[in-house]
Amino acid sequence: MAENIKVPTMAEYMAEGKKPEVLFWVGCSGSFDDRAKKITKAFVRLLNNAEVDFAVLGTEESCTGDPAKRAGNEFLYQMQAATNIEVLNGYEIKKVVTTCPHCFNIIKNEYPGLGGNYEVMHHTTFLKSLLDEGRLKVEGGKFKGKKITFHDPCYLGRGNGVYEAPRDLLRKLEVELVEMKRCKTNAMCCGAGGAQMFKEPEPGNKEVNTERTEQAMEVKPEVIAAGCPFCNTMMTDGVKNKNKEDDIAVMDIAEMIANAQDL
Amino acid sequence: MQIIAQVAFVIALIVGIGFFVRNVRRLIRNIKLGKEVDRSDNSAARWKKMGKIAIGQYKMVRRPVSGIVHIIVYLGFIIINIEVLEIVIDGIFGTHRVMFFMGGFYSFLIATLEILALLVLIGVIIFWTRRNISNIYRFMSREMTKWPKDDANYILYFEMALMSLFFIMNGADLQLQLLGAPNYAIANEGEIAGYFPVSQVLLPLLDGLNVSTLVIIERTAWWLHILGILFFLNYLYYSKHLHILLAFPNVYYSKLKPQGEFDNIDAVTKEVQLMMDPDADPFAAPEETEEEGEPEKFGASDVFDLNRVQLLNAYTCTECGRCTSECPANNTGKLLSPRKIMMDTRDRLEEVGENINKNGSFKDDGKQLLDDYILREELWACTTCQACVEACPVGIDPLSIIVEMRRYLMMEQSAGPADLNNAMGNIENNGAPWPYNQMDRLNWANEN
Repeated sequence: MAENIKVPTMAEYMAEGKKPEVLFWVGCSGSFDDRAKKITKAFVRLLNNAEVDFAVLGTEESCTGDPAKRAGNEFLYQMQAATNIEVLNGYEIKKVVTTCPHCFNIIKNEYPGLGGNYEVMHHTTFLKSLLDEGRLKVEGGKFKGKKITFHDPCYLGRGNGVYEAPRDLLRKLEVELVEMKRCKTNAMCCGAGGAQMFKEPEPGNKEVNTERTEQAMEVKPEVIAAGCPFCNTMMTDGVKNKNKEDDIAVMDIAEMIANAQDL
Repeated sequence: MQIIAQVAFVIALIVGIGFFVRNVRRLIRNIKLGKEVDRSDNSAARWKKMGKIAIGQYKMVRRPVSGIVHIIVYLGFIIINIEVLEIVIDGIFGTHRVMFFMGGFYSFLIATLEILALLVLIGVIIFWTRRNISNIYRFMSREMTKWPKDDANYILYFEMALMSLFFIMNGADLQLQLLGAPNYAIANEGEIAGYFPVSQVLLPLLDGLNVSTLVIIERTAWWLHILGILFFLNYLYYSKHLHILLAFPNVYYSKLKPQGEFDNIDAVTKEVQLMMDPDADPFAAPEETEEEGEPEKFGASDVFDLNRVQLLNAYTCTECGRCTSECPANNTGKLLSPRKIMMDTRDRLEEVGENINKNGSFKDDGKQLLDDYILREELWACTTCQACVEACPVGIDPLSIIVEMRRYLMMEQSAGPADLNNAMGNIENNGAPWPYNQMDRLNWANEN
């Protein structure tokens, strides 16, 4: 292990006869996408730093079925859900945290109907609670005073009404939080949702992520803060298309907090 | 003469209301073509939501200009109905301003109604200007041509006419009262029934006209006003204006769950359970169930496959286009417009309804909602971001229809876009939408 991060698995916990405080659901993007893996690791560093007793499913984790469900393939979604619920219930999981709003939404809202009942938190809400409990320190560091805008993920904001936790964390980083014209309830999608991430877009006159990136650029941010690995990809691509990657960073809030603490 | 007028009035009232009842029954029959859906839960929360969003216009004012003007027109229209009540009583019993017994309060009431009517008239003119001159994209886009465009303007012209007739009626009435005309002037000399702050400005125009001309003007305005209202009541069923009635039940029956939550299909759950059950005998004959017949169809290809709330949604839509103007797909030039999804659903439902009117029961017409109205390209452009659901001021859920139709395409037709099918295959085979091995899922922990 090149980096000093601790990532225990549920299987290891089970073998020791222990139960973690929370299960970290990593998600497909967080496991496989090179950019998203950095978010995953940043979040783990924060968890390690706050001495949170957590575990991951590792190779026992599988796609939640979100892209299948949003695409209309209810069968595939329910197959995935049934398998995942079996694993989660087998480990008697009570609390789940995830860095992906799609995983968050589906496990929180759609798994209960299939027998999977857990307390599910998005990582920004979880980090906020660690902050409130005094377990996590969030300081401005290099982001202090910087102009930053937050792009609301659809399935966190509109989907589940979580608007403030990510913003509270950003304020704690002492940034100059500027809102885009379209934010919170009427924030615009990055273009990845509804399984669009995995297909070519339908014909139009513009890419959704380009439009959204332009909206973000209107407020002239130094960082576009995101809370979803898919939004992150879309906004990163958008910024690159505008050749602005040297001026505007796209970062997950977990990365920003970890970065500010030099973790 | 008076009695003829009274009889004519009662007949007009019966015909007007009779047609309206017929329309409402058709409406209910058509909505019941959809699948039953249980929204009887949480009635307290539903009433509260209806109070806030439908009665309270909470979402309307998110766009302050149209929102505030809409509140004025909405309140004006509700309160002006008090005057309609008086007109109906006067019409049936041949009385004149029957509510005058309220005295000073009557003057206050009439004055309030006149001011509201003026505000409504101004509001409607602002609406007309926005719709026809201001170049607002959501009023000019693709689906807002022909009938939808005309319908919107007819409603505005109608409201302008009704308000104008109200003023003409009042102005002529006032002048007749001032002239001491029989049947108009009241017993106490010098007293006037009602106070007319707006229509009194018409007096100079009416000056010099004799009593019989004034009576003709007053009666004509009075009759056109009430007949106009009865006509308008029946126009609703054919118009987007139906929202003035359906907005309330529509919000009441709208989804209370988080917007991100889509329903699970129970029939699929049963099949999945069976597939995952190690004790299930794959060769067992299907259980004999009471309800024989076709196996359940997954998703929707026609209005019959949608649920009743979705069909109610379609009738409630007033085509304001707030959904479409927030839609990321539409914003970037894609074919999808959530408003069009609702309009298409209503048009198809009406077509089916007409078919039933003609044939007694539905006779296959070789058409369906999918492809004949809503194109696949529209459905596949959706990012399921719920902006349309959030934007709708009356709780319509276009997204649920899109998803229901995607379900049909995916599960009944296996007709998803090829790249999407690849992702589905990956999920099925290796538990991720990309072709990575599930055994590599934790590799990140050991990478640099």
